[in-house]
Amino acid sequence: MFYREAGDFKTSYREDSQTFPIKFDRYRYYAVLAVAFGIIPFVINDYWANAVFVPFLIYSIAAIGLNILTGYAGQVSLGTGGFMAVGAYACYKLMTAFPDISIFIHVILAGGITAGVGVLFGLPSLRIKGFYLAVATLAAQFFLVWLFNKVPWFYNYSASGQITAPDRTVLGYFVTGAQTTATAKYLFCLVMLTLVAVVARNLTRGTVGRKWMAIRDMDIAAEIIGVNPLTTKLTAFMVSSFFIGIAGALFFAVYLGAAEVGEAFGIQKSFLILFMVIIGGLGSIFGSFAGAAFLVLLPVFLKNLLVGQLGWPTDLAAHIELMIVGGLIVVFLIAEPHGLAQLWRLAKEKLRLWPFPH
Amino acid sequence: MMPDQLLYALEVTLNGLMAGVMYSLVALGFVLIFKASGIFNYAQGVLALFAALTLVGLQNGQIPFAHLINAALGTNLHHFGWKLPALVAIALTALVMVGLAILIEKLVLKHLVNQAPIILFMATIGLAYFLEGLGDVMWGADIKKLDVGLPQGISETVESVTDAWLGYGFFIDRLDIVATFVAILLVTALTLFSQYSKQGRALRAVADDHQAALSVGISLRFIWVLVWSIAGFVALVAGIMWGAKSGVQFSLSLIALKALPVLMLGGFTSIPGAIVGGLIIGVGEKLFEFFAGPMIGGATENWFAYVLALLFLVFRPQGLFGEKIIERV
Repeated sequence: MFYREAGDFKTSYREDSQTFPIKFDRYRYYAVLAVAFGIIPFVINDYWANAVFVPFLIYSIAAIGLNILTGYAGQVSLGTGGFMAVGAYACYKLMTAFPDISIFIHVILAGGITAGVGVLFGLPSLRIKGFYLAVATLAAQFFLVWLFNKVPWFYNYSASGQITAPDRTVLGYFVTGAQTTATAKYLFCLVMLTLVAVVARNLTRGTVGRKWMAIRDMDIAAEIIGVNPLTTKLTAFMVSSFFIGIAGALFFAVYLGAAEVGEAFGIQKSFLILFMVIIGGLGSIFGSFAGAAFLVLLPVFLKNLLVGQLGWPTDLAAHIELMIVGGLIVVFLIAEPHGLAQLWRLAKEKLRLWPFPH
Repeated sequence: MMPDQLLYALEVTLNGLMAGVMYSLVALGFVLIFKASGIFNYAQGVLALFAALTLVGLQNGQIPFAHLINAALGTNLHHFGWKLPALVAIALTALVMVGLAILIEKLVLKHLVNQAPIILFMATIGLAYFLEGLGDVMWGADIKKLDVGLPQGISETVESVTDAWLGYGFFIDRLDIVATFVAILLVTALTLFSQYSKQGRALRAVADDHQAALSVGISLRFIWVLVWSIAGFVALVAGIMWGAKSGVQFSLSLIALKALPVLMLGGFTSIPGAIVGGLIIGVGEKLFEFFAGPMIGGATENWFAYVLALLFLVFRPQGLFGEKIIERV
């Protein structure tokens, strides 16, 4: 009734090709932005920021990044953790080397550096495909983590081998370090996420995104119709690593504050983000959000239930959580292999016909 | 008399070969499942961990899920109070692995027929998480000692023989020698099975062409149960070897990851490839650590295998023995 194109007349090409062509979607999008920017910052407290919102925002950025590579361009990557580590260490080096420059610029630059590293490790994708590529990206994961562990220059020769984020401000408010308020953390990550999401959404709608999808669907056919596999695959690696690098920088600087590379950016992180992308839905920006939200909320929920309500020991709860996450992934793949985004799509189809389905 | 450096390198090479055998044991399970069902089974390493945990638990007469029952009901259970002989425990564990294979087929694989390979791969990762959690909940997450009576420690025979011949005693773990023989035995048995038994032929038929196999009346579902059972058994052997070497603990499941570059080198579809790939990786990483490790900070074993496989693949994308990848539009 209210969810349809009919009756929403477009009078210019600009209107016709906007991101959300359906009025309801557009208003929903503005409503989400209004709540995220206008309400949540005023009611958020430390627990909600640290347990739910900040990890959700950061993982969403990483999931969008991986989704561009895996979901849109079809290149499976298990090196996400390693690329996040590049972002984190690049951000750390920039923050300590140029303390006068805004951290906002550092985070963007960290993304840029990660993009370069991503292109480097993306080069083999021109020869290697499918699972072979997935395993090849493990080389990036293990090599990068080893590199940041073994070369003291990266952690400024600190005795513990850890990197610790110095205090930095944006517009006079602390966003890293101990004095940071929940609101500042949240808003800083939210601004980043919004930028990333808008860029990603528009890239995937345009020429670049269509080229990615052409390569994903059949690379030889794409090559025949004039899509250059070299530039297409490498731009996918570049854009994806750029976002993942931003996520890594935020994860270290804003969320953790101090990080040890093997612990914070190990292979588990790569899998976690791949799960988010798969559960959310490959090839969908909305899916990246949904997957990130699901996998951030699930452990919090289980922990509250098992440890908080039933009073079970934490180690047992952690193992049961592992079982449930694993089981849910299998159930999800069986019930809906295209992820939460597909459920959303189906709901929209239903809504379009509602209340007269015939 | 050979120069010392060469002798050390020779010893490192031998040890690398032994380590390679261990990798090959895990890689074998991967290849079996990949050939028969086209599934890239990430859970193979966790299967090994699960098998080893179950074996230790059965041997020591632990009560499964004791921790969970205690937490839920407030009881204080831990052991049945008996100890099973190693052989009985191994046989029981093999049965458990067969049961697990049947369950996996019934609950997971059956529902995922005809899905994209990436979806199947993700399902096995989910399975890996589930089994890891299940193993911990069932038997507890502490590091366990696995002892089924395999010889351990330095082999004096090898040491004295090499000492007499070369003037330098080689240090070789007896367990590694046993592992080598077990691996040879396992490969021989698998080859005989797949060449001469009816089920083995069916297995190869399925590996060759699913639809053709179905059309001559081979039950795909039975073959899947069979191949997952065999993979479970191979995982059990790998679990015993690795468990005896370094204790039964979570890191056991990470050797599965090391098996991946082994497979890439050898090719996903080749059993000899798994063996040769394992040996190359084993020797390569030990020699690299020996020569280049001290110069660049050590612990190169973490990544050497992957980078080697990556570089190798750039020149030969199907691996050493893999089937040539032919692409058609």
